[in-house]
Amino acid sequence: MTDIATSAPIDAASAPTSGQRLRTGTQIYIYVSLILVAGIVIVPLLSTALGGFKTLGELRGNPFGLPSDWQWSNYTDIILSKRYWLQMSNSLIIAMLTVFLTLAFGAMAAFCFAHIRFFGSSYLLNYFLIGLMFPAATAILPLYIRIRDLGLIDTYWGVVLPQVAFGMGMSIMLFRNYFRNLPQELFDAAFVDGCGYMRFFWHITLPLSRPIIATVGIISFVSSWNNYIVPLIMLNSESRYPWPLGIMIYRGEFSTEWQLVLAFITLTILPTIIAFFLAQKHIIAGLTAGAVKS
Amino acid sequence: MLMSVNGAASGGAQALPRRRKRSLSHSKWPVLILFLPPALLLFTVLVILPMGEAGWYSFYNWNGYGTPTQWIGLKNYQLIFRNGAFTQALINNGLIVLVSVLVQIPLALWLASMVASRIKGALFFRLIFFLPYVLADVAAGMIWRFVYDGDFGLVGGIAHFFGADPPFWLADRDVAMYAILGVVVWKYFGFHMMLFIAGLQAIDKSVLEAADIDGATGFQKFRLVTLPLLGSTVRLSVFFGVVGSLQLFDMIMPLTGGGPSNSTQTMVTFLYNFGVTRMQIGFGSAVGVVLFVFCVTLAFSYKRVFMRHD
Repeated sequence: MTDIATSAPIDAASAPTSGQRLRTGTQIYIYVSLILVAGIVIVPLLSTALGGFKTLGELRGNPFGLPSDWQWSNYTDIILSKRYWLQMSNSLIIAMLTVFLTLAFGAMAAFCFAHIRFFGSSYLLNYFLIGLMFPAATAILPLYIRIRDLGLIDTYWGVVLPQVAFGMGMSIMLFRNYFRNLPQELFDAAFVDGCGYMRFFWHITLPLSRPIIATVGIISFVSSWNNYIVPLIMLNSESRYPWPLGIMIYRGEFSTEWQLVLAFITLTILPTIIAFFLAQKHIIAGLTAGAVKS
Repeated sequence: MLMSVNGAASGGAQALPRRRKRSLSHSKWPVLILFLPPALLLFTVLVILPMGEAGWYSFYNWNGYGTPTQWIGLKNYQLIFRNGAFTQALINNGLIVLVSVLVQIPLALWLASMVASRIKGALFFRLIFFLPYVLADVAAGMIWRFVYDGDFGLVGGIAHFFGADPPFWLADRDVAMYAILGVVVWKYFGFHMMLFIAGLQAIDKSVLEAADIDGATGFQKFRLVTLPLLGSTVRLSVFFGVVGSLQLFDMIMPLTGGGPSNSTQTMVTFLYNFGVTRMQIGFGSAVGVVLFVFCVTLAFSYKRVFMRHD
């Protein structure tokens, strides 16, 4: 896995010979451009967070600046409400189950493809990789019928299992490529010592696979945490809604009170932002390197 | 004595490979039987079969209850291609592809080349630029709905500042799609920038130094050295842009939901608005099949034509 975020900066096309410093003019040009773009990224986020502290009247006249009178109650009312915590825990439960099954099933299947020769193995691998080519939306109606027939509508499993199934291609692909790049000598040595496939998987492959487990785990966690269409189709009761559905309901209920909606949006994206800044190195590397390799 | 020792030795030499072979073949099947079925079963039942069933249901007029009985042949497909909203959805998906290739990727490359150079705070800018990509599409859509709001939002505030009438872009059918395209770029350029940073880091510095010695200017180096060496990254980036744009749904729902008067429909919002909410399983499945054909032919032919050597 390439460590994109932390590796040493390199000379880009605009930089002169390595080691030499950039000219002042070039530097000013670069900083002005970067700050401008950063502003376009940050201003919507910041004014959303600040807007949550305003009154509706103030939002109308002054959507950009600091609130003249900080309305803390907009935020505290939501934090003290049951629905916010319910949505967060729904999202968390669904994401954890999805991650666990995507890792377990994906690693197990990938192990077979990486180490065992069996009849039709390459066809079976390609069969799984078809799943990388189309989104869940294409088959969402028959999927709904299937989940309904299984009696899983309006349950966590009705969301988790389709998410795992649609993540299988990515998971198997990344795990298999990683397993195949582990030194073959390990495998030979283990077999001479009479170690079977199962023990090899548990005691040698998995402990050596932490980086790829992190990558696959991050990709499936983020996509489950942010998923909208699958829970939208599979869930009916608001008590089971993950936050992306909850945010839409909240917006529908308080459509005339933007300040409350803004506070709600801010609080729902806060966990993502905190997690991103705490684990930025792993998240960036996981989401980009994972994409490149699959 | 000597014979028996020899015999034992040769027997052992024969037994060893035999035993190893036996233990291999004996331990192979339990693993396959335990490790493959969970993934295989789940994938088959919830990905492959539904896709096949979508093809089957698409020939029926069916509301989802009981079993599909009313066979209508290709009528659903005719209805799709005669539907003005679907044509608009195709145009919009095309627009998104166009913007991600012509605007987003050059922007990402330009920023990557600056953020990858030796400046203070490069890491900070990378983080900021990548931030929108980690946010959920729904949240991004909601935030930009506020930004574009004419009464309470940022665009309204700017108009107010200049004393102009507040614009309502998302309610204007001629402008709404362009407003959404802006959000798409805002949300995804950071991801493409990261791809380019990784690509730039993989370039051998000595090539650029050689160009320096030959007296190449900054722009010449970029056009003649860096860009050709980034070829595979560009192709990958375009691939993600195209595939991602075909799936766009989550972001549109909070922004416009496909309106006003279907002007911001994409293929997936069309599937949702006309298939799911009206419980037209047959019609919706047919849209799914069309989307599937688009995704698979695009992915296949793009990989075959452009990414053969990557």
